[in-house]
Amino acid sequence: MNQADTAWMLMATALVLLMTPALAFFYGGLVRSKNVLNTMMMSFISLGFVGVLWAVLGYSLAFSEGSRWVGGLSNAFLAGVGLDASGSIPHLLFMAFQGTFCIITAALISGAIVERMRFSAYLTFICLWAIVVYAPVAHWVWGGGWLAELGALDFAGGTVVHVNAGVAALVAAIVVGKRQGYPSSSLLPHNVPFVLLGAGLLWFGWFGFNAGSALAADEIASLAFVTTMLAPAGTLVVWCFLDMIRSGRPTAVGCATAIVVGLVAVTPAAGFISPMSAILLGGIAALPSYFVMMLMAKNSVDDSLDVVAAHGVGGATGAVLTGVFAQQSLNGVADGLLFGNPGQLVTQVAAVAAVAVYSGVVSFVLLKVIGLVIPLRASESEEATGLDINQHGEEAYLHVGGTLTRGHNG
Amino acid sequence: MKLIKTIIRPNKVDDVKDALAALGIAGMTVTEVRGHGKQKGHTAIYRGKEYNVSLLPKMEIDVVVADSIADDAIKAIVEVARTGEIGDGRVFVLPVLESYRIRTGEKES
Repeated sequence: MNQADTAWMLMATALVLLMTPALAFFYGGLVRSKNVLNTMMMSFISLGFVGVLWAVLGYSLAFSEGSRWVGGLSNAFLAGVGLDASGSIPHLLFMAFQGTFCIITAALISGAIVERMRFSAYLTFICLWAIVVYAPVAHWVWGGGWLAELGALDFAGGTVVHVNAGVAALVAAIVVGKRQGYPSSSLLPHNVPFVLLGAGLLWFGWFGFNAGSALAADEIASLAFVTTMLAPAGTLVVWCFLDMIRSGRPTAVGCATAIVVGLVAVTPAAGFISPMSAILLGGIAALPSYFVMMLMAKNSVDDSLDVVAAHGVGGATGAVLTGVFAQQSLNGVADGLLFGNPGQLVTQVAAVAAVAVYSGVVSFVLLKVIGLVIPLRASESEEATGLDINQHGEEAYLHVGGTLTRGHNG
Repeated sequence: MKLIKTIIRPNKVDDVKDALAALGIAGMTVTEVRGHGKQKGHTAIYRGKEYNVSLLPKMEIDVVVADSIADDAIKAIVEVARTGEIGDGRVFVLPVLESYRIRTGEKES
């Protein structure tokens, strides 16, 4: 047990937990004002339901002894997860740190189906998804499963978190269907400052996500911290130029998007690549995500908040580039293509493909099964009125003094 | 009495307010509105999508004045709110049948 490591991991866990409310602001600003509470709740609710499920079952399926495909039940209900050491920190703290990852991964999916999915159907979906998709995939990569055996590199979750959520989001957008009025009507962001606030807080929390994934307060954590600072900077610069070339103006929503894309892309690579490689990786990652974002806008699939372009494509790009830029001299794990090990690139592509296929197929089945029991979509009139009022009975922005909402209880 | 319903550029609100105050017109109601006449909109870009924003932000100022000063008020508004470019706005004048002050219940004339 190491007290410095424990102190850092306590902080890192809190930082990653903050990313889910940050995501709520990022997503909340991008939707119309009649749906902002519903959209933010889709992130916040994960803190509760997925948080409980993680302690009850998810952690065990991901990290306890099991097969190559999934963990066992020996740590269910946190049995055997106590204050004894796991690595150099308390086992319980490791469980909590990993729990914050599961919570945000499930919440990420919501960006693809906001403004029309029924809340109960969404909640059922992310709860089942956390157990049936996230936990096994985390086991494959981090819990000693088959992708770990294969030698796939995923420092903080480019594949487990972002490819996984991105593909689930694509499937959800297709199964749930597009919003009324998409793509002809103006479905505009109602609060771009929220989007920037969310992006800023995500970046802040991401230092816990990536540097915390070293699971120690050491050199590798510092490397991951610096690459987490520099990669999004590289993405932001390139994104800004792409905006300028396209329209002559750098956009604020573009800036916020670029930061997230850069963070996503560096996630699998954070502790494996040099700082200068991180700038390159971030800059390169802007291109496929920007391209897919433009492509999706002309597509009939309504991935409302660009989860596929930012997380799916950004995560895949980062995972593949990890196989290019990884340097064994930095952390002793593996070299990538540029350092004489082309095989790593193949392994990375295989890992991305495996997770994409599993997440895509199982997410599709889950949504279809849930759809047999609960309608996935809100009704047409509910969607037209806005989901804040009919899914939650609340409004985000009341009229002057709230005088339109006289109470019925005297 | 007349209701003068004025739709102007947002940056002209203070000028119009001052001009009306100079005529002794104290009360007014100001509302943020959106609309367009001949003015063309601009292009807004959010991520992959481009929108032509044709409904532009304007301010509406409503004042009720005595018939005797209506012409002066309209003249003052038109003078200070004008830039000469498309998009300066409109002034509509409507008759007012009756007017009551809520605090006292008295009918004004």
